[in-house]
Order: sequence, then structure tokens, then C-alpha cells
Amino acid sequence: MSAALVDPTNPVPETAPVARSGHRGGLWLARARAVGLGLLGLLAVAGLWEAYKALGPEDGVLVGENRVLPRTTDLAMPHVWDMVQRLGEPVTSLGDAEPLWRVVLDASVVSLGIATVGWLVGTTVGLLLAVLMQRVRIAEWGLLPWIVLSQTVPLIAFAPVVRSWGSRIEIAGWEWPPWLSVALIASYLAFFPVAVGALKGLQSPDRIHTELLRSYAASATDTLRKVRIPASVPYLLPALRLGAASAVIGGVVAEVSTGYLDGIGRLLVSYAGQASGDPAKAWAPIFGAIGLGLVAAGFVALLGVLMRNYRRGEAV
Amino acid sequence: MQETVRIVGVSKTFATRSGEVHALADVDLTVGEGEFVSLIGPSGCGKSTLMRLVADLEQPSAGTVEVFGKTPRQARNDQDYGIAFQQAGLLPWRTVAANIALPLEIHRVGRAERKQRVAELAELVGLSDFADHHPDQLSGGMQQRVAIARALAERPRLLLMDEPFGALDEMTRERMQSELARIAVETGAAVVFVTHSIPEAVFLSDRVVVMSPRPGRITTVITTGIGRDVARDEALRESPAFFEKVTEVREGLHGVPVRSPALEGR
Repeated sequence: MSAALVDPTNPVPETAPVARSGHRGGLWLARARAVGLGLLGLLAVAGLWEAYKALGPEDGVLVGENRVLPRTTDLAMPHVWDMVQRLGEPVTSLGDAEPLWRVVLDASVVSLGIATVGWLVGTTVGLLLAVLMQRVRIAEWGLLPWIVLSQTVPLIAFAPVVRSWGSRIEIAGWEWPPWLSVALIASYLAFFPVAVGALKGLQSPDRIHTELLRSYAASATDTLRKVRIPASVPYLLPALRLGAASAVIGGVVAEVSTGYLDGIGRLLVSYAGQASGDPAKAWAPIFGAIGLGLVAAGFVALLGVLMRNYRRGEAV
Repeated sequence: MQETVRIVGVSKTFATRSGEVHALADVDLTVGEGEFVSLIGPSGCGKSTLMRLVADLEQPSAGTVEVFGKTPRQARNDQDYGIAFQQAGLLPWRTVAANIALPLEIHRVGRAERKQRVAELAELVGLSDFADHHPDQLSGGMQQRVAIARALAERPRLLLMDEPFGALDEMTRERMQSELARIAVETGAAVVFVTHSIPEAVFLSDRVVVMSPRPGRITTVITTGIGRDVARDEALRESPAFFEKVTEVREGLHGVPVRSPALEGR
């Protein structure tokens, strides 16, 4: 998930490589190499984990009173293979219990759904705010400080408030479902990078392009559609990726703070509570959360591929 | 006969942090129908500003500008002129064809008509084979040709060009000059052409307007006497009449006669 953590206020516009050589074989080789390196990285982490566990002192590494590296006991650091094996075993010792991976997967899918709703809402709100701020100078001066300020409110402070307000909303027989509170909080985190990144992107067109459109007596809407929005894509993609990561993290934390029961957030907390008796089990929802982040990042990467035409650097 | 551009007593001052800058002072100029007029002068003489006043990208501080007898704003809204800048300014995500089509799209020209017009224009600037290419796949000269095609898209009777060949190498530049001269004749459009190259101004123009800086004003106007019907080719570049006019413009720029035969050899 941390791969998406770039400074939202200063996304370096990505430019697609200009050279499009016709070597199909070379392309496949590059892809195979990327996959191979990815797997190698995974193996390296597992190897490092096991190496430290085998060679490190049982009580961890202490500097004075402070433990700077964890204990290497099976309780603190289960073997990699134990964690993987645990995924295949039933959740509880009850006879008809589902396998652990299945429970984690189901919870992950629920959390992903909620995070996706949050991301979509946040992205929409962020884009609308960015368009408003680009169009109306006063709106930028008036809104931007509040948008920045909004992110300084700790999530755990307002999560219970959102849930409590939500539970009181009832429109014509329709009741506010608890998952919507989680999605709302996720969207609250996701809109910020999108609003800031999109604003910067909408303001990015060269003077020559805006003057050209002015010489065509183009309306502001046309300028937005034909120039500003396409030009914002290189700024928007890192913002969307950051928004997706925020939505996932925010969603998981919001699940915990609002007491939502069906997602990966609750599993993280409750399995951590069982770690003293079943240390490998506590790691399963962590893998689930990592999977969530990867799916979210992968989805935005796919968007980037679809929009690659808008990421061409202009060769002058 | 109505003038294409009529500039009367125009001044332009810019307010900057270090005080007012007089970009233009008391400028009078008219451009006739189908006339090719170059504005030449050193940096800061206001030649670009003058063109931008005609394009309604700036407003004069004093005086009046008329384009086809209308205010520049009205002329801009009516799409009476096409414009090209030093940078081609193509939208990098659009193909050559889509870049040329941009003004037509904005003015809601129908798809079929648009397609036909784009094909004509691509043919005119010799880029038919590159219609589906993106700007980053083109050379600087080709990009500038796309920009010219785009400026011509709505058949303007006035073309405004701000050092359009300034960023090109000499070889490409000379070829583009010949092409522009041909296009100007074919379309019959009047051209206001900003440049800082003396041979370029003489080669292309009916009249060369020489300007001086601080404040920007017109020092002299030189009629080249090279008619529209004269082919803009290598022979013209090497003709004595051409050299004579180049010298005349250079003298106008420097304000003193330059009589060194060595300088005239180029």
C-alpha cells in the first residue's frame, strides 16, 4: 500500500515513454522481468523474516530499555510457512467452520466494496471541488484552506459521530445502513488528494493552449472539456492512486472505529486478540488488507493504461 | 474598400511591479485585403503585443483597433482570424487530424464536414500521410505545419502569426516560408506576421513594418514591391531586388545606412 504514498501537492507528471519500438518480444521480456523481480522481492522479505527469526536473539534487540527489533519467538514472529498453512485451516475448532482464507477473502471483498463506494464518492466530490476552484478564483481562496484543514481532524474522532448521525437518518422507510457510514468516512479521506491533484492538473495547461481556446471564443465548458481535463490526467492519476489507498486505509480504520462487523477491520482486531493462543491466525487479515491495497493500486494502474494517450509528453 | 485591420493611435502600457512599461506608443497601421504585412524589430519593441491587440488577447490602453470594421472582440467571436504562435501548441493527446479539427469541433461543425475539411487542410500542408500520428511523433517543422493548418481551419480572411518559424532550423524555416507564401496566395488571406528575421520578412511580405523599442513605435514601413504573383523560391532569395530590400530593412532597423558589401553577401 505504501507504494502509493507520494506527496499529493506535488505529483510529478508522468510522461509515457515516447519510443514505441515494435519489438513485441522485448515487451514480453520486460514484463516477465517485472513479474520475476516482484516475486523475488516477496521471497526476499520472507527470507529476511526467517533469517532474523533463526539468527536473532530470542528476546529481540534492545538498546538500553527500548526494544528496537522484535522478539523472535513463535508467538511474536510465526514462521512464514505456519502463517500460510494457517490460512488453509478452519477458522475455529468447531466442526463446520470455514477455512480461514475463505473468511478473510469474504471480509476483504466486503471491505473492498465499501472502499470502492468511498473512493467513487470521494473522487466525484474531489473533481467537482477542483472544477469549482479552477472556475471561481474566490472559491479556491475560500475552499482550499478548509479542504486542507479537513484532513487534520483525526479519523477516530469523527467516525463515531458519523455512525451516530447515520443511525438517525431515515428517509421514507429507507434506513441508513452501517456500511454507508464506513464508505462516507473512506470518501472523506479519498476526496482530498483528488481535489488537490485535480486542481493542479486543471491549472496545468500551457498559456498557449488557453490563449488558443480564447482565440476560438470557446466557452469555459469547452475549454474544460477539450483542454483542461485531458491536460489534468498526468496529475490526476497519482491523485487517484493516493485516493484509492486512502479509501482502503480509511475504510479499514473506520470499520474498527464505527464497530462495523462484516469487514476486514473487525477481523484485524479480533484475530489480534487471539494471537496469544493462535499467533499465525492474526497475520491472515493483514495479508487480506495488503491484498486490498494491491487490488486498489492495480485498478488505478489499469486506468492509467486506458488513459495513456493523455500522458504523452509533447515533443517540441 | 474595407481595410482588413485598421489601427489608429494605439498605445499600450503594462503595469508591472517596477512601474509602468510602455509597450506601444501612438501606432497607426492598416492592413489591406489579402495583404502580407510583417512586423519586425528587436525584442521588446511591442511587435507581438501589436499582433495580440488585433487578436483581442490584449486590450489597447488608448486608440482603436478595428478588424474587418468590427471591434477585435467581435472579430474574435466571429472567428474572423486564425492564429499561430512560435510554439506549435498542439494538444499532445490528439492526433494530427484531431488537432486540426479542434476549432471546428468547438464551433460545432458537423462530423462529415469536419472530416472533409481536415482532409483538405492536411493535404494543403502536406501531412495527409501523418493524419493519425501524434505530435510527439512529428518533427518541429511538421508540428508547425499542423498549427498552420489548424489556424486555417475556418477559412479566416486574416492570419495572425507570432514568430511561427522562430524555433525551426534554417533549412526547415526556408521551406516553411515558401509553403506559407503558397498557402497565403491559395487562400487569399491577409497575414500579419511577427518576426525578427530580416530576410524572412522581405521574402514573404508586401510591406515590412519596422519597429523600435521603449516605447514600441513604428519607425518606417518598407514596401517590398515583390508582388503576390512572384514565386517565393530560391531564385527570389538570390535576386538583387531581394538583397536591396533586405538592406533597406536593415538600415531601417539600425537607423543608419549600412553599406558594407561583406554584410550584403548573405
